This record gives sequence, C-alpha cells and structure tokens, in this order.
Amino acid sequence: MTSRFGKAWLIAGYIFLYLPILTLIVFSFNDSKMVTLWGGFTFKWYGVIANDTEVVDAFILSLKVALMSASASVLLGTLAAFAMVRYKNFWGRTAFAAHINAPLVVPEVITGLSLLLFFVLCERLFGWPDRGILTIWAGHTSVGMAYAAVVIQSRLLEMDKSLEEAAMDLGSKPFQVFYLITLPMIAQSMLAAWLLTFTLSLDDVVSTAFLSGPGSTTLPIVILSRARLGLNPTVNAIATITVAVVSIGVFAGSLWLSRQETRRAAEQAAAYREGMGLAVAA
Amino acid sequence: MSISNQAKGVRRALTRNWGRRTVIGIPYLFLILLFTVPFLVVLKISVSETEGIRFQDLMSYADGVVQLKIKLSNFIFLSTDSLYVQTYGSSIKFATFNTLICLAIGYPFAYFMARSPANIRPALLMLVSLPFWTSYLLRVYAWKGLLDDHGVFNNLLIWLHLIDEPIKMMHTGFSMTIGMVYAYLPFMILPLYANLVKMDLRLIEAAKDLGATPWKTFWLVTVPLSKSGIIAGSMLVFIPSMGEYVIPELLGGPSTLMIGRVLWDEFFSNNDWAMASAVAVTMVGLILVPLAIFNKYQADTGGVRGV
Repeated sequence: MTSRFGKAWLIAGYIFLYLPILTLIVFSFNDSKMVTLWGGFTFKWYGVIANDTEVVDAFILSLKVALMSASASVLLGTLAAFAMVRYKNFWGRTAFAAHINAPLVVPEVITGLSLLLFFVLCERLFGWPDRGILTIWAGHTSVGMAYAAVVIQSRLLEMDKSLEEAAMDLGSKPFQVFYLITLPMIAQSMLAAWLLTFTLSLDDVVSTAFLSGPGSTTLPIVILSRARLGLNPTVNAIATITVAVVSIGVFAGSLWLSRQETRRAAEQAAAYREGMGLAVAA
Repeated sequence: MSISNQAKGVRRALTRNWGRRTVIGIPYLFLILLFTVPFLVVLKISVSETEGIRFQDLMSYADGVVQLKIKLSNFIFLSTDSLYVQTYGSSIKFATFNTLICLAIGYPFAYFMARSPANIRPALLMLVSLPFWTSYLLRVYAWKGLLDDHGVFNNLLIWLHLIDEPIKMMHTGFSMTIGMVYAYLPFMILPLYANLVKMDLRLIEAAKDLGATPWKTFWLVTVPLSKSGIIAGSMLVFIPSMGEYVIPELLGGPSTLMIGRVLWDEFFSNNDWAMASAVAVTMVGLILVPLAIFNKYQADTGGVRGV
C-alpha cells in the first residue's frame, strides 16, 4: 500500500528525528577539545561527570522529585480521570475539564511564574513553604496529573463497564469492585502514566527554574546553564546516559505490555472455548 | 424488612455520594489551588502598585471610604512599547510558521504511517514517541552541535568542498525554526496518526469507485475526515510554542524575539515581578482563543489518544 514516495518520506522523517540524538551520542566519545571535531575515541567524559559533584547531586535531587511527583500525579490523575468518565454531570464539570486540559498546553513560563508568586505570597502570609524540593514537586505534579488523567481517561473510556456492573449485581461493594475489577484493568495505563510523568518531571527545566531555591538544583538546570555557555562534552555524556536509560525503559515497557496483551487474548480465548464447551454439554 | 432495605439503600447512596465527592473533590481542589489561584495572584500583581518588591493591597480602607487602586501602567507600556509590540508579532509569526511546517511534514508522515502494514505500525509509532521520551532540553541542545559555525554540518560541507567559509546558521531565525519544528513534530504526528489509523478505508474505496482520482480523494475525503486530528495537532504545537523559552535561549538570536524569553528576562534579569506578571497575563490573552478550541476538541473526542 505504501508507495515508494511514502517510504522515502518516512525514512527522511525518521532521519530528521534521530540524527541529532545520534550526533550527541557519537560526540560524547570524542577525545578532542573541539567539541565537533573528531579526535579519537574516549570514555573520559563519563569519568568527568561521575566525579562532578554538581552533576551527581543534581541528578539525585531530580530522581527524588521525579519519583514523588510521578506517584502523586498518577494518584490524582486516576481520581480526575474517574471523575471525568464516570460522573457525567456535577457542578463545574466544564471548568474541571478545562483545568485538566489546560496544563497540557499552557506555556511553562506562565505556570512557573504564577506558582512561584503564589508560593511567595504564602510564605509572606504563613511563613511557609520555602522554595525547594516541595515547591518543585508541586509544580511538576500540577502538570503531571493532567497528563496522567488524559492517559488513564482514554483507557477508562475503552473499558467494558458491564464487568463492573456484573460484580455489583453479584453483591460486591463499590470498593471491592474497584479493587478487584477496575484496578487490574487500568493498571497498565497507570504504569504508562507513571513512566510518562516520571520522565516529564526528570526533564522539566522552565518551571523548575522558577520554583527551585538556593541549594535545590535539578539536573536539567545544570544542563541548561552549561548549554547556554556553548557546547560542552559533559552535556553529551549526560545525554548519552539519558538516552540509553530511556530506550531500555521504553523497550522493556512496551515488550512487557505486548506480552500482557497476548496473554490476556489467550486467556479470553480459553475462557470462550470453555464457555462454548459448557453450552454444548448443556 | 422493607425498612431495613430502605436504610441500606440510603446508606449506600450516602457512601456513593461520599465516594463521588472524594473522587471529584481532591483533584479539583488540587488544580484550583495550584493552577487557578496562582494565576489570580499573577493577575493581581500585574495591576498592583509596587514599592520595591512589596505589593500593596488593591483594596484599602481610609477615612471611611473603601478605595480600589488598579495600576494599568504596565499594560499601557506593554501595548505601546515598540519592542514589546514587535515581540508579540514575532512570537505569533514563529508559532504559526512552526505549526504550518509541522503540519506539512507531519501530515504525510502520519498518513504513510497509518497506511503501512499493520504488523510494523506499532514499531513505527514507538519510533516516533521514543524521542518524545528523551530529554527535550538535550534534543534542542543537539542542534547547537549540528548548526554551529564549527558544527557538524559546516564541517561536512567544507570537507566536501561545497563551501569555503562556514555558513552562519546558529542564532538566526533558521536555527530557531528548525529547533522548534524538531521539538514539536511528534506532537503533530501522534494525534494525526491516531485519527488517520481509525479512518474507515471503505469511504476511500467508495470515492475511487465513483471515479475520483487519488489526489481528489485525498483532498475531498481523507483531509476533511481527519479535521479533528489536524486541529488537535495544530493546537498542541501552536500554544506551547507561543511561550517557548528554551529554544529561543539556546538556538535563537537577537532577531528572534519571543515573548516567553522576554518574560523570563523581566523576571530573572530585571527582577521586575509586576512587569513579568503583566507579560504573563498578556500571553494568556493571546493564547485564549486557541486554548478554547483545544479544550472544545478534547471535550468532543475524549482526549488525545496515543500520547
């Protein structure tokens, strides 16, 4: 079906998407003072960043923030997705929907600035919170929960409601229905949402710049401050490690998801055959 | 018996109501507290009198009269200062360019993806979303190495003897546009693909049977049917690129004025919080209409699938 032109277009598109990433990786092994001239193969930049306390500390902080905000985003996003899909009319539903959609596209300079000024106001009124890990977490979570809600919402919309109704009819309490039927069915999308919000948080630079205080520098802030000054081989080394970790994570994740999918299909087929057998016997 | 049943029913209704309130209330409260209220603070600060970094209350009570002071000088300055007016124009220009180029590259791309054999589609989709999972900051930084005066492209062209002197590509409108297109292309492709892959191919066959040429079928059947994907993708590209900071900072130059970068500088370099707030309010005004379109689309279709 795909014409020769179509194939060429796709290949050119993928080259465009991957060429910059590949050059980043190649030049992280470059043994030369000139960042873009090849001077032989080396691992030295990896040694440099491993001993760079600024990078290591920032990375640890980034991980902490990402773990906290991804978990909170999935919890809040699941609630928000349920509210949107299961309750078709409640007071302020339109406003609620707008609140979930807006953070997906509103420029981060706006959300960063407004959250910061809000926290400054709070600090003046109540003496709390200081700028640091907590304020960064709040900023990442308010955006992350919107992403999590969108991902989980689309799964909930596809889900067959009759299973939950059957469980209700058989006398399960709402909490049991959620725990035994709904949760296993949306678990995959919750995992996908967690991974997405985790990487978004790990990568966020603009709102973090507004919300971080002295002594709470995340990895993207360090990268931005170095990248501003020009090309820097340590940034390439950081990039290569990130790309490697993310690729392995996404590959493993999607492999696991497709395995689950095949297993579920097989189980469904088995259950169907059994059902047919019973029907024939009767 | 019937009374106890009734009591059970009432209790169940009550617990359900309680559950419903929790499910809606917690995320709602969180979003209002961390999204709406902060924006109201920005709105207030943009029209407040300032003394140093202290903001005066909008309402004051003196001599038995309640006074409301609103300062509009920030906004008057923003709408008359030629640098600011130029910045809005250039932000809209770059965001529009970016959207159109992403659409021109992304539509055929998503179309060919959706018409590929079903068994390779998941791999094609993963290859589009993989860069999306990799750090955006680092992907933008990568173009610095490619487009620099002593960068990969210039070195290659010189080595091939196609040019003698490096071409100036960095810190121009060219480098910024290429960076924006690169960063936002997946946002255009994903909703378009989700739309095109679901399309009923029998409609296209019907058009062919009725004698339409492939070109005519594409413009009269495929494109109109994918309208919602086009709108979603365009809004997902246009709105955030209006307020882009990282790309103009790393790849832009003096000629590529962007409103997001101006806001950043007002805040971090000039320490003018009131002016930064006024810029933020103006920016929201500029993206309000696209935001409403995006919101309506999301409500109609239940969200962007495949992201």
